[in-house]
Amino acid sequence: MLQIENIRKTFPGVVALDAVSFSVKEGEIHTLLGENGAGKSTLMNVLTGLYHPDRGSIRLAGEEVHFTSPRDSLSRGIGMVHQHFMLVPAHSVFENILLALDGVPNFFKRREWKAKIQALIDEFQLDLDLDTPVWKLSIGAQQWIELIKLLMRDCRLLILDEPTAVLTPQEANRLFDVLRRLKEQGKSIIFISHKMREVMAISDRVTILKKGRSIDTLARGEFDEARLASLMIGHDRIPEWQKNLQMSDEIVLTIDNLSVRNDRGLADLDKFNLTLKKGEILGIAGVAGNGQKALAEVLTGLRNATQGRILARGEDITNSNARRSYIAGIAHIPEDLKAIGIAPDMSVDENLIMKSFKNGAFRTWIFQDKRAIRRNAEEKIEQFAIKSGPDGTPVRYLSGGNIQKVIIARELSEEPSVLVALYPTRGLDIGSAEYVHKVIADGADQGMSTILIAEDLDELLKLSDRIAVMFRGRLIGYADPRSTTREEIGLMMSGENRNAGSAA
Amino acid sequence: MFDTLEILLDATVRAGTPILFATLGAIINERAGIINLGIEGLMLIGALAGFAATHYSGSLLVGILVAFVATYIAGAIHALITVQLRGNQIVSGLALTMFGIGVTALFGKGMVGLTIDGFERIAIPGLSSIPVIGRPFFNQDILIYLSFLLVYLIWFFFYRTRWGLAVRTIGENPAAADTSGLSVSRYRFLAVTIGSGLVGIGGAYLSLASTPMWIENMSGGRGWIAVALVIFAGWSSPRALLGAYLFGGLTALQLRFQAMGTTISAHILQMLPYFFTILVLVVSTIRLQKGAGQQPEALGLPYDREDRK
Ligand SMILES: Nc1ncnc2c1ncn2[C@@H]1O[C@H](COP(=O)(O)OP(=O)(O)OP(=O)(O)O)[C@@H](O)[C@H]1O
Ligand SMILES: [Mg+2]
Repeated sequence: MLQIENIRKTFPGVVALDAVSFSVKEGEIHTLLGENGAGKSTLMNVLTGLYHPDRGSIRLAGEEVHFTSPRDSLSRGIGMVHQHFMLVPAHSVFENILLALDGVPNFFKRREWKAKIQALIDEFQLDLDLDTPVWKLSIGAQQWIELIKLLMRDCRLLILDEPTAVLTPQEANRLFDVLRRLKEQGKSIIFISHKMREVMAISDRVTILKKGRSIDTLARGEFDEARLASLMIGHDRIPEWQKNLQMSDEIVLTIDNLSVRNDRGLADLDKFNLTLKKGEILGIAGVAGNGQKALAEVLTGLRNATQGRILARGEDITNSNARRSYIAGIAHIPEDLKAIGIAPDMSVDENLIMKSFKNGAFRTWIFQDKRAIRRNAEEKIEQFAIKSGPDGTPVRYLSGGNIQKVIIARELSEEPSVLVALYPTRGLDIGSAEYVHKVIADGADQGMSTILIAEDLDELLKLSDRIAVMFRGRLIGYADPRSTTREEIGLMMSGENRNAGSAA
Repeated sequence: MFDTLEILLDATVRAGTPILFATLGAIINERAGIINLGIEGLMLIGALAGFAATHYSGSLLVGILVAFVATYIAGAIHALITVQLRGNQIVSGLALTMFGIGVTALFGKGMVGLTIDGFERIAIPGLSSIPVIGRPFFNQDILIYLSFLLVYLIWFFFYRTRWGLAVRTIGENPAAADTSGLSVSRYRFLAVTIGSGLVGIGGAYLSLASTPMWIENMSGGRGWIAVALVIFAGWSSPRALLGAYLFGGLTALQLRFQAMGTTISAHILQMLPYFFTILVLVVSTIRLQKGAGQQPEALGLPYDREDRK
């Protein structure tokens, strides 16, 4: 139904797409796979008329189309969920969804449209209140709003750009059920994800993009994880690392009976306890929304505790601000990157030293030492394989995964004694994710302690020395990753405390 | 006592109305994400165009329509520069004010000293005889009734219609509207031009109702007060009414003091409404920063589809 031929798209100083061709059949789920910055999002933006291609053609049902705006593509039945949310934080869930719908009259009946939207929310078993402003919602909930916006439109081709990056595995499965059902109705879907498990589970065909070129398209049966990975990564090597057992018993951080309340007065953390040992990687398992974010924020000084204490090597740091916590040596990889992780209009170079601009290495008296800053950036860009565009490019132009890498590079550059990482590999391609794992494991060897909050149990089992399981803001217990199965941890995540103490 | 209050309230409404129109017009601009610092100039253009048209046609209705059309067109220049060409909104707005002051001074020369019959009061039967508030609110000219209606209609438009939701979305996050299939530039263009037209009616109120004549630079900074009141109002039309009447009330008080013959210089008294309005504004903005009524997120930012945010 859709044929894309030889598309090229350049931005000042960057060739985002060089020559891309691929096609989508009716009733198939077609996955786009490629490293961070390969051009997946750009290609989809070209397809929906948001970007103008420099050359190349798009044919829909045999007929060549020239979309000049998303309006054009929508009118031809092409809808998209963007990697970066297209939401108005100040508006309610209802207003955000309503605006995206087709056929809403100017004088709409509020009650009627609310009921229509509510019906879909119920169908997906979501806990979403239509009158809540979007800024109050978790990122996962925001992702669902985006999905609902798309699913309520009658589209022939649905494009989903990394919709599962912020969903829990259970939520992702629910989404896949919906997608399969749409497929059976003859609709076509373009799906983008870095999670191999998902790609294997849902794709009919996979097209691999590399550095702005389409490398190959494989049909189900022709691909397996290894094949896809090797095509995607090509000559680049996946970094290797080894997990060493950490034996130290020195405790660097103690969380004692800590409670944190949210805007609505509910407890995000409820008498939470945790100990972190020197040089260990402590995984935090739990279904998203059970207090992980509050834990990270309270540890990094972004939120205050209402009760309890945090001790760093015996020093009480409970309600100190971000700066002071940092001086105490805590680094933070936040969840909402664009909101609090970067200064979007500043360059990659500047973002990389944002935490260490006072450091003597980057200044002479009160003046910045541009050359040292540049050298530092070059080093980090090389180490983390950041695709950063020409010198001085504002960070916001980078692809999602590359923004993530900038933050990680910056946070780890000061050799922190404690790292609090919230979903650090979210949105990263497999090579980059592996590199982040290596950095964390190497850091542990140097004595850095990590609190690793992640959704992916495989990632937690692979990396952690101990796993603490959270449920409804409480610590359910510790699990030993060498002797505990995924299923056992899964049970604990739902609040059952059978294993408690086995690794404490 | 009641009489004094009634007279003061009446003067408040009459002095506040031109500013109310201007503030409502500015709110429509800014809700779509466009800053318009041309309000002062637009008021002058509206005042002169309205006066001239009424003078030559003999019809106040024609005067109001011409004032609206003239400022609609002047607003279209601002829209062209800021929406279509993505120029700097501050610079374009300031230029529009300069242009308005200059062009009305030039073409207004021949109008100085001419007279027209201004708008007359129309009493609403029953309501106008309520003590104290009857005369100020229900025995007024048609434009004042129109301003009441507009306060409601604009609120209704923004919070109860899909177009209004579209405008608000465009002011907050134009990309969200664009990817939902709405034309950001069309909505923005219309918001700027229609909003400017309302400002023009505010200007025309000065020369057709307040003092039915043309005086050079007769807006006297009211346009700037309107720009400031938008923030006080938190971009909401009912609060704009409050703000405009605050300024109107202070103006009325000040005139009353002058009439009573105080020893305070008239210049100082004339300054007071401006001074207090700014003061209230500063205080209310401090409060605003903590709560709702925030400024539209994309205010002042041109929208470029291919630019990442
Ligand atoms: N609007 C833009 N202006 C400038 N450069 C851009 C713009 N959009 C994308 N790019 C650049 O184009 C390249 C491809 O980016 P794109 O977002 O398509 O990657 P991606 O494959 O989606 O990566 P990810 O998996 O990290 O989301 C990147 O180098 C990016 O910096
Ligand atoms: Mg992308």
